[in-house]
Amino acid sequence: MSAFQNKTKKRPYGAMIFAGLVSCALYAALLIKQDVVNSYFSLGGAYAFLPIATAFVFSFVHGSFTGNFWTVLGVEAAKKKKEVH
Amino acid sequence: MHDIAQSASQFINLDAVTIIYLFIVGFVGGLVSGFIGSGGAFVLTPAMMSLGVPGLVAVASNMCHKFPKALIGSIKRAKYGQVDVKLGVVLGISAEAGVLYGAHIQESIKKTFGDAGSNLYVSMSFVVILAVVGGFVLRDAWKTYKSGNANAEEKVTKLARWVQSINIPGTMVYFKSLNARISVLFTIPLGFATGMLAATIAVGGFIGVPSMIYVMGAPSLMASATELVIAFVMGLGGTFKYAMHGMVDIRLAMIILAGSLFGIQLGAIGTTYVKPFMIKVVMGIIMVIVLFSRALMVPVYLSQLHLIQPMADGTVKLLKNTSFAIMIAALAIGAFIVLKAMWQGRRAERLSSQEALGHVKA
Repeated sequence: MSAFQNKTKKRPYGAMIFAGLVSCALYAALLIKQDVVNSYFSLGGAYAFLPIATAFVFSFVHGSFTGNFWTVLGVEAAKKKKEVH
Repeated sequence: MHDIAQSASQFINLDAVTIIYLFIVGFVGGLVSGFIGSGGAFVLTPAMMSLGVPGLVAVASNMCHKFPKALIGSIKRAKYGQVDVKLGVVLGISAEAGVLYGAHIQESIKKTFGDAGSNLYVSMSFVVILAVVGGFVLRDAWKTYKSGNANAEEKVTKLARWVQSINIPGTMVYFKSLNARISVLFTIPLGFATGMLAATIAVGGFIGVPSMIYVMGAPSLMASATELVIAFVMGLGGTFKYAMHGMVDIRLAMIILAGSLFGIQLGAIGTTYVKPFMIKVVMGIIMVIVLFSRALMVPVYLSQLHLIQPMADGTVKLLKNTSFAIMIAALAIGAFIVLKAMWQGRRAERLSSQEALGHVKA
């Protein structure tokens, strides 16, 4: 039964593709506009929020993509979780 | 510090090979971090410096990839019930103080003894701490393996039982990972030491995780997962400090993050397939191999400080390259063990579910 459920379990293709596209767009923007990015991010002082905010946004979007990527490939946590109480 | 980073001109040019190199190192570092809570960072700073990135920019960019990576890793492992957020935050705050103090010591040593003195201090810290703690962790893992009790629940050490038995009114806090109340007067120095080590060798977890296991009594899986919370708190504070001086090369940080977020998710999934003592095996092996890598560099710095006879340039280069190669090997071996253990765990699970299905059909 559990194996059957496993086989028919819906894999998050849509969410992976969406997060993947947004992630690609973010990385493309970062690398294409790297001169502008570097000039602002290296200013220091109050501009310190820029790298921190960027790191949060990239981790949220790319983290969602990588999480769904492994799920789509079928690489998931063991069914019997080793929970520690 | 601000003067050094006045302009973005010190940020290196990126080409496809550099991007792929950083992505791969990030992936392997993330895989190990997802599994043992930390461990990838010590390779990333020298890896960036090998590309021509100035030391401080490498440290700052490493920090900036570390906190979002630790965030995603801890969220993933929290889903498996392995994270003690309260313990992570309490240790993380004192670790932050340790980072600041550790950085201050580093700066004083650099001012007094120059670059070679600072490098010698870092290498000696690596050698002494990794020999003592790494040797202990590996010995414990080996004893568990030999005893044939690898499946048994981990025992709380005598030291941890003593720590948990001390009652200092007004300082007691309950932590779910310990299933006990302990005094924050014990957590503060341990967190501080974690932060100091992070500021010195970039991997606080080599003190943080063993101290949670052996001194406080946390299970290995919870200790390694909770270390990710500490890494997040420390990394966020550290990034802010360096970003205030414009030192973060966000491109480097985000490229490494691109690889490490693939790795950390996989490493976190891997923890659900292995026996808890495997955390100690991977951590101990990496620590002992890295110890040899840094030990090779000690004579180089001693000769630069004229404490021993000067070395030929060729010998220095050879020792440097060998040391870096051993460091990469330490990470690669750690990643290999994680992937192998995960592969075996998945295979065993598949076989047992097929067997169960066979029984149902029969």
